[in-house]
Amino acid sequence: MKILVAVKRVVDHNVRIRVRPDVTGVETTGVRMSMNPFCKHAVEAAVQLAEKGDVSEIVVVSIGPKQSNDVILTALAMGAHRGILVETDAALETLTIAKLLAKVVAEEQPDLILLGKQAVDDDSNHVGQMLAALTNRPQATFASEIVVKGAELEVTREVDYGRETIAVPLPAVVTADLRLNTPRNAALPMVMKARSKPLAVRPAAEFGVDLAPRLSIEKISPPAERVPGKKVGSVSDFAAAIASEVNEMEAL
Amino acid sequence: MSVLLLADHDNGALSPATARLVAAASELGAVDILVVAENPADIAAEAAKIAGVHKVITVVAPATAETITNSLENLAQRYRVVTASASSVGKDVIPRLAAKLDIQPVTDVVEILGPNRFVRPIYAGNALETVTDPQATHLLTFRASAFRPAALGNDAPIESSNLSVTSAAKFLAAHRTDSDTPDLATAQIVIGGGVSVGSAEGFQLIEKLGKTLGAAVGATRAAVDAGYAPNDWQIGQTGKIIAPDLYIAIGISGALQHLAGIQGAKKIFAINSDPEAPLVKIADVALIGDLFEIVPQLVAELERLGLKR
Ligand SMILES: Cc1cc2nc3c(=O)[nH]c(=O)nc-3n(C[C@H](O)[C@H](O)[C@H](O)COP(=O)(O)OP(=O)(O)OC[C@H]3O[C@@H](n4cnc5c(N)ncnc54)[C@H](O)[C@@H]3O)c2cc1C
Ligand SMILES: Nc1ncnc2c1ncn2[C@@H]1O[C@H](COP(=O)(O)O)[C@@H](O)[C@H]1O
Repeated sequence: MKILVAVKRVVDHNVRIRVRPDVTGVETTGVRMSMNPFCKHAVEAAVQLAEKGDVSEIVVVSIGPKQSNDVILTALAMGAHRGILVETDAALETLTIAKLLAKVVAEEQPDLILLGKQAVDDDSNHVGQMLAALTNRPQATFASEIVVKGAELEVTREVDYGRETIAVPLPAVVTADLRLNTPRNAALPMVMKARSKPLAVRPAAEFGVDLAPRLSIEKISPPAERVPGKKVGSVSDFAAAIASEVNEMEAL
Repeated sequence: MSVLLLADHDNGALSPATARLVAAASELGAVDILVVAENPADIAAEAAKIAGVHKVITVVAPATAETITNSLENLAQRYRVVTASASSVGKDVIPRLAAKLDIQPVTDVVEILGPNRFVRPIYAGNALETVTDPQATHLLTFRASAFRPAALGNDAPIESSNLSVTSAAKFLAAHRTDSDTPDLATAQIVIGGGVSVGSAEGFQLIEKLGKTLGAAVGATRAAVDAGYAPNDWQIGQTGKIIAPDLYIAIGISGALQHLAGIQGAKKIFAINSDPEAPLVKIADVALIGDLFEIVPQLVAELERLGLKR
């Protein structure tokens, strides 16, 4: 089985972001960037499948500026075999990302495509499902467990009512949720080794996909701030405050 | 100009959030509802009662991403707007449909500013994006919690479509959480428990408080990861988004990703041993102390006040 994993470089999830005062966007200069957490789970899933056998190759792909090499190197250090950077400085919409990835899929012909369920910057949760449609493959999104059964996968998905298990024939697209596994921290020798693994850099323009956005972003603004409240000193004061809220609710 | 709205359902019942989605979709035009289910009749009958619904269309099929996407795709050309809830189903199908129709979707909409102007949160709700969508057809998902429910009392016609749709993916099994607590996404009061609740038994304490207040129960990712609470209780960036009148957070630090799920709460109350916890800082009312001492006393006190809902 050949696996393709798509990884995105995003503002590190521990950073408290700031909206630019001119409301044109979120401040990213001088901000720590790292691999989108969900993508880490996707890479880990690929590496674990390889450790169990029958995976011929894990290819990682990232679309973004030159610096996205860092997240590809992280994936290579975790155990992926080869990287592709589709280089562009433009901010791309999810449909465009999916179209570029579909071109990579056409070249690479992977049996399984793994992605994160969502990128924690735009919080879209689109690309896996779009790529599945563009490549005409079944999808299993929000995966918390993947079991290979011959030419089929049994995937347990986290859904609103709990969890559900579905069977998808390969080739398929799977998006990773956070409970899928615990991503490893690559040991130093693996990090060193990653630098000698093949990493192809290809300009996004080379793929013949229209990169222009469809939507226009008017502004990015900060959310309303909550006014600070008060501390109460006793359980009975706390209960009284709850009672007063409940009474207000019922009065409406 | 009309709007197609995909109805969410579970276990043969229409999702309680649907009336909110109809209200949102109605801002954009007359609403037709699509129900894709093996037995759609009862679900469709519920949907037909919601005010603002013009007609309900049913497709008989097991609900998978592919059957739903194919059903929507077949109907889409009749509509200017195709919408769904920003639920696990809507998130699964709207982007798939978008790629098939070559449309960039706008998802997690929390505010409708005009026929093609929408607001959506990004960065776990730490920023709000205002977008204009100039495409001829709009594909949207709405966050139900951001909209007030439409009234009931309608009797819209139900039309069964004879579309036949197939799916390469096959449904094998549902793993449901048995719980009689109200729906998290639409509850008026929610009690949330953190990892400091310490065990599944500890969560029974939280559930007991929930029962007293007729509240839904939620949890942090840390509590779910630890196995103390089921995954469908998770509130936050990657869990459910709630907007109750009152949220009571118990032993929850208030990480960015958790706060992302509770920004719509009118009032936030907190119980925490740490006065410096971020959640305490944003709470309207906070009580500092040990949850294991406080919660049983609180249940007793609320019962003494006669606050049994
Ligand atoms: C990509 C990503 C997505 C995520 N998505 C989510 C999400 O959707 N939802 C979510 O919740 N988290 C999410 N997280 C995790 C999040 O970052 C935090 O780790 C998590 O919310 C912390 O949960 P907690 O408050 O239960 O635990 P902690 O942060 O450990 O806090 C425990 C709190 O309990 C208090 N406490 C301890 N003992 C007691 C006691 N006896 N009585 C009273 N108080 C006590 C402590 O003072 C502390 O404030 C996500 C993380 C990542 C990286
Ligand atoms: N620029 C990108 N490069 C590579 N993969 C991406 C990119 N953007 C999104 N993805 C993949 O798609 C997933 C979902 O992203 P999104 O739909 O943007 O929330 C991510 O977790 C990645 O696996």
